[in-house]
Amino acid sequence: MNQWQNFIKGFLKENPVFVLLLGLCPTLGVTTSAINGLGMGVATAFVLVMSNLVISLIKNLIPEKVRIPSFIVVIASFVTIVDLVMAAYVPVLHAQLGIFIPLIVVNCIVLGRAEAFASKNDIFSSILDGLGMGLGFTFAVTILGAIREALGAGSIFGFKFLTSDGMLVFAMAPGAFMVLGYLIALVNRFNKGTK
Amino acid sequence: MEYILIIISAVLVNNIVLAQFLGICPFLGVSKKLSTAIGMGGAVLFVMTLATIVTYLIQTYILVPLHIDFLQTVVYILVIAALVQMVELILKKVSPALYQALGVFLPLITTNCAILGVAILVIRKDYNLIESTVFAVANAIGFTLALVIFSSIRERLELLDIPESMKGVPISLIVAGLLALAFMGFANIV
Repeated sequence: MNQWQNFIKGFLKENPVFVLLLGLCPTLGVTTSAINGLGMGVATAFVLVMSNLVISLIKNLIPEKVRIPSFIVVIASFVTIVDLVMAAYVPVLHAQLGIFIPLIVVNCIVLGRAEAFASKNDIFSSILDGLGMGLGFTFAVTILGAIREALGAGSIFGFKFLTSDGMLVFAMAPGAFMVLGYLIALVNRFNKGTK
Repeated sequence: MEYILIIISAVLVNNIVLAQFLGICPFLGVSKKLSTAIGMGGAVLFVMTLATIVTYLIQTYILVPLHIDFLQTVVYILVIAALVQMVELILKKVSPALYQALGVFLPLITTNCAILGVAILVIRKDYNLIESTVFAVANAIGFTLALVIFSSIRERLELLDIPESMKGVPISLIVAGLLALAFMGFANIV
């Protein structure tokens, strides 16, 4: 039951985007369409799981004082791996996400979980925690991307359901801020309602 | 002329916060008061310029000649983290007054994705050293401008009667959206 909670908490109760408000830069920057959001989510989830795994393995070897720089090197290595793999196999998506792939390094979710969870817990819980948080993040950015794509282009995952063009503003910067603002307000209301 | 175009483009047209979505965390985090916003802006200006110059030199004279430019991400983040620590130590010794003003913001800057973002962007845009420096300064000014405007609005927002679930971050994000809409008016002037 405890392990299940490590996994499931990332979806709603401690969702990194909607509740903890971490990693908002990629959340706003890449969610112009559902598929971009999904790609970014999966890339971040991979880095989260792998860095949680490695950090939990080496947590006893790292001296307390150089903890944070060591975590950053581990995370940056996995980000480089993701960057190169995506450039090789999904070049179109890689070009669309652009600078936000190397910026996974400074995504507060990854370092936050390393510091708050993986450096204190065993390997299995750390992997579950990374997977849950990663999927929670993927869920959030995919929803945001789908809403923005539906309103902005009249399609979801590239399938058009409107013949006319959408409201372009939702595909651009202002739409990103506003849709996320209303989504967080909704989650606030939902979380308060269940209390 | 070329430099003026870079400046106008970075400050107004492609504002780093409102159009490129870099540095959203400090944008939301330290924008509650005008005075802290100005302090953060100063710290970002200082570190962003320095970090961009240093990482540019490392890229050009170390990473590229040795053909290890795939290590860009790892090297840059370490350089920026070390640089921030160094700046903090030097400021403490050399100028206690400036340290008093910027000190609290310096540790926060390591995880400010605007710094790493600009350092990577100048390489992707193929700028030379002077263009990179101008680009970094202009982006820092754009960041400060957005932060100052936003914090002034948020000071007013405190006094308003807002629905319970919209309070705090949601209403701030919607204000940021309106601000981004206003900045879209600058599109196509360059």
